[in-house]
Amino acid sequence: MLFLAGSIVRAQALPEPTRVISSNTHVVPVYRGFEAMAPLVERRPDTLHIINFWATWCAPCVKELPYFEELTRERGDRPLKVVLVSLDFRQQLETRLLPFLKDRDITSSVVVLDDPDANSWIDRVDPSWSGAIPGTLFLGKGTRLFREQTFTRNELHSLVDSLLERTP
Amino acid sequence: MKTYTLPLFALLFTLGSLTAIADGYEVGDRATDFRLKNVDGAMVSLSDYSDAKGFIVIFTCNHCPYSVAYEDRIIALDRKYRDKGFPVIAINPNDPAVQPEDSFEKMQERAEEKAFPFPYLFDEGQKIYPQYGATRTPHVYLLEKSDGDHIVRYIGAIDNNHSDPENADQHYVADAVDALLAGDNPDPDMTKAIGCTIKTKK
Repeated sequence: MLFLAGSIVRAQALPEPTRVISSNTHVVPVYRGFEAMAPLVERRPDTLHIINFWATWCAPCVKELPYFEELTRERGDRPLKVVLVSLDFRQQLETRLLPFLKDRDITSSVVVLDDPDANSWIDRVDPSWSGAIPGTLFLGKGTRLFREQTFTRNELHSLVDSLLERTP
Repeated sequence: MKTYTLPLFALLFTLGSLTAIADGYEVGDRATDFRLKNVDGAMVSLSDYSDAKGFIVIFTCNHCPYSVAYEDRIIALDRKYRDKGFPVIAINPNDPAVQPEDSFEKMQERAEEKAFPFPYLFDEGQKIYPQYGATRTPHVYLLEKSDGDHIVRYIGAIDNNHSDPENADQHYVADAVDALLAGDNPDPDMTKAIGCTIKTKK
């Protein structure tokens, strides 16, 4: 069952990145321009995708990050996948983002969205999003939900539990 | 478990919809005046500016990297438009108990370091930003005076490239002020940008 869950996640591959940055612990796809990443937020995957927009410099984002990590580490055979979309500055990907991922031992998928023309893509993630981070998109077969908020552990886990129960 | 989580989910959903309805100004609305403390200790209100045609009100702060990235461009906006009747009024909406870098003392330090030519006001008690509906820093509200009222004419970002001013090819705020000066309506009159959340005690 674990093996099966793993293959389901792999089947929902991330879109082809523009380039890749890496350290000895992490390999991170970088999308230059929203268009390259668009399929990630526009499709309706079978697996519940929890897509969190964040940055290392954003204190409330860093505060809630452990709860997203718990979802990944403790998912067992639950059909969910966490994708952390970093909006870190282009000049700080190697100097700040990669060391952060290593220090915190982040195991969820991390990608970088490098597109400063945010007005052109924020509404495509969700029209209710003002652009403040953190923001999280919950995407599944019958689910499309955006939350512009910092989650507590209970809020995040309760919401994910209820979304998974609703899934047929 | 099932009976518990489903009502909770419904509650979360309802709360989300309610806050969306109650959210601040839209273009065309009348904006409130205020009386807030400037970094020089003086109290500042929009009504102090009898000669102004309007205001570039910018909710911004010290700590947010996006705000810092725009500091020089905010200074340039004030230099360009103050004498044309649209001065910049910067307001820090954050609660320093949550973000100590945005304390009044730190605001004074930053204003001096950067020689801000515009007032940099402290939204003490966080009474003003919720009325405007600001959600992030930086967040611009362009106001135009009209029969004693301050009408919101543009809401949003300063330009379309936070990381590299040279590569911004849409200068939303400058274009919006130019439009008002020419007697036109700004187009676009609403844009979005990534920014830092406004810091409040939960």
